[in-house]
Amino acid sequence: MSTSVTAAAGAPTASSPVRGRRGRLGPREWVLAGVTALFLLSFVRLLTGAQDIGSSGTLAASIALAVPIAMAGLGGLWSERSGVVNIGLEGMMIFGTWGAGFAGYQWGPWAGLACGVLFGALGGLLHAVATVTFNVDHIVSGVAINLLAAGTVKYLSGLAFVGKPGGGKTQSPQIDDLPSVTVPGVSDALLSLERQRWFFVSDLAAVVRGLVTSVSVLTLLAVALIVGTYFVLWRTAFGLRLRSCGENPVAAESLGVDVYRYKYIAVVVSGALAGLGGVFLAEVASSAYRDGQTGGRGFIGLAAMIFGNWRPGGLLIGSGLFGYTDALQLRQGGQSVHALLLVLVLILAAITVWRVVRRRPLVGTVISAVVAVLLLGWYLASDEIPGDFTGMTPYVATLLVLSLSSQRLRMPAADGLRYRRGEGG
Amino acid sequence: MRNRDWTRVALGFAAPLLAIVFSVIVTSLILVAAGDPVGTTWRTLATGGLSGALPRNLVNTVNLGTTYYLSAVAVAIGFRMNLFNIGVDGQYRLAVFAAAVVGGAVTLPRPLHVLLIVVVAMVVGGAWAAIAGLLKVGRGVSEVISTIMLNAIAGGLVAYLLRRVASGQQASNNIATPSIPESGRVPGFTLLPSSPLLAYGFLFVAILVGLGYWYLLGRTRFGFDLRATGLSPSAAVASGVNVRRMVLAAMVLSGAVAGLVGLPELLGKTYTYDLSFPAGLGFTGIAIALVGRNSPVGIALAALLFAYLDTASNPLQILADVAPEIVKIMQGVIVLSVVIAYELVRRYGVVHEQRRVAAQLSATRPQTEEVPA
Repeated sequence: MSTSVTAAAGAPTASSPVRGRRGRLGPREWVLAGVTALFLLSFVRLLTGAQDIGSSGTLAASIALAVPIAMAGLGGLWSERSGVVNIGLEGMMIFGTWGAGFAGYQWGPWAGLACGVLFGALGGLLHAVATVTFNVDHIVSGVAINLLAAGTVKYLSGLAFVGKPGGGKTQSPQIDDLPSVTVPGVSDALLSLERQRWFFVSDLAAVVRGLVTSVSVLTLLAVALIVGTYFVLWRTAFGLRLRSCGENPVAAESLGVDVYRYKYIAVVVSGALAGLGGVFLAEVASSAYRDGQTGGRGFIGLAAMIFGNWRPGGLLIGSGLFGYTDALQLRQGGQSVHALLLVLVLILAAITVWRVVRRRPLVGTVISAVVAVLLLGWYLASDEIPGDFTGMTPYVATLLVLSLSSQRLRMPAADGLRYRRGEGG
Repeated sequence: MRNRDWTRVALGFAAPLLAIVFSVIVTSLILVAAGDPVGTTWRTLATGGLSGALPRNLVNTVNLGTTYYLSAVAVAIGFRMNLFNIGVDGQYRLAVFAAAVVGGAVTLPRPLHVLLIVVVAMVVGGAWAAIAGLLKVGRGVSEVISTIMLNAIAGGLVAYLLRRVASGQQASNNIATPSIPESGRVPGFTLLPSSPLLAYGFLFVAILVGLGYWYLLGRTRFGFDLRATGLSPSAAVASGVNVRRMVLAAMVLSGAVAGLVGLPELLGKTYTYDLSFPAGLGFTGIAIALVGRNSPVGIALAALLFAYLDTASNPLQILADVAPEIVKIMQGVIVLSVVIAYELVRRYGVVHEQRRVAAQLSATRPQTEEVPA
């Protein structure tokens, strides 16, 4: 019911003023979409026997991989809502991983957390100085910070970690684990339910079990930060002012908002969040700083934020999606990603049918049908996806998702534009 | 008139000099803070360490600079119309791989063989960049994100294809494509008589690319449209430019030049593509294009500077016990401070211009009004 309403509203009002609301789905639609996705996965699991595409282990791994992406994306959200594009998230994340390694092995994981967040925030401060005070192009400054971060941590590692037990030029000594939380009793019960491998019920049990079993405190912190961001940015006067800087800084200035100050706060918070994502990589996803640990997750976080239409809820779903594709390739990669092909075929077939029924332009319909047939052919002709390809899954998923969704998105109106105080005219 | 031009030139040189001085200070401070020997580090960087190493270093600098130059020009073509081609890295790796496979598979007379390799590299680089261009004009996907994703995909693709191509070979730790025969190689030449090391013959191709870049962007209608689109898309549309086609054209052109990036190394030194082929040249190109301000000459100077720093930093670990990565920090600081310095110089230039015009106006006007100081 609800989906048909949004679809019907979407088609005829394409050029009407309500267009901005078109891509936004309410909680009911998201729940429905989630249940549909779960149905699809359990169906494919039964069909292919690829058990790992819906196991609680995969889901736990997905969460662990989604948190850093979500934190980078949340950093991007803060920054871009204030009108500063932050492609330097990757560099700030690198600073975060190194800070966690540096303080973590000496004074414990909590010190590592503080230090990583601080380092990320310093990266953000640098970006703010360059873009806000000196009006440097945002992408240029971000790219420079990425280069700077990669070189700096390599140099610093040589000074700080060489000669320490387990440390070296490319990695820090071991960091102790942060505590994690398991809801007692529930986890075991769900495990036995999951082992039954019933259609849908077992998959649901796996999802819930993944959410309640050995959840790191940092994951809880991340969830709290996403919810907190929503409240701060959309439910307080501070957030309204911050977002007004990203939509129309000149108007904000005329109302007495200190635009520079808000942009500085937003970009420094952005760096701190990216740093937190880095800390998670170093302390939870692994247990030491390693060179190249971020692996482009700052960029994927940015893509997740764009996919989520510059909103916290969408960002969460986007990073969950990327975390999941990332997790799949780690757990029986070849087989799982191979099963994922079938999921893609089903989705594309559904799109094709929908387009035929709705009489959408023929070219797109033919393209989706042809791609579906090709993928089905690939699926039937092979047993596994080669290892090199499974590693590409998150990147291909990012490209696919963005190319399907980016036309429905609306970024902050003054995002990435130059602004100088008093030049509004 | 003449006077003003000189001020402009002086201001144009002031920014990079300011940035280099600033980065030397910052780097020295970092060295001091880390307890590394400042004097020895700079002396090693300036002299190339061992006595007599300088000529060899200079030839290496020119060779590395050739590669950097091509990469930076590829990036700069995009920059001129506000397109951020972060994907030069993936484009050149895929292109040089394809070029190595094709070059190693055929035997042709020398000029044709080299030409074939160059064309293959440019086509593959352009085609890979076209994906990002199509996604941008067709689906509105930001090229910044799509090219970064395509970099990662290109890496996986090359690794996979390399394994397939090299599968027939003898077991070895470093799998590689078949070696390109003599007819496909570009011979080197003696740059400095005091060094036995040869400079890449591809240097001349890089110079040609620089001339072509200058001519295409500065002297043709296409270049004018491209720069106009970069400065103001709405004004370009109003004057009849098809912005979508320009985006695609600029992206493909940028990718085609990116396809050349790996060739100096491939045709002048390695003759084969393997896992140890240099990666990350595309990102260095971004930095160099920024420092060189997208001008063909500026990029050349910046490429040589970066290449020299990279070459001279090699003996740092042995001679001064300093991690060579200090040079990476220095390069990063140079990039960031160069863009800030350009902005400061631009602001100063505007103020300077306003003062000059005001002074001229008040001089020509009769001195009846009281001008408050």
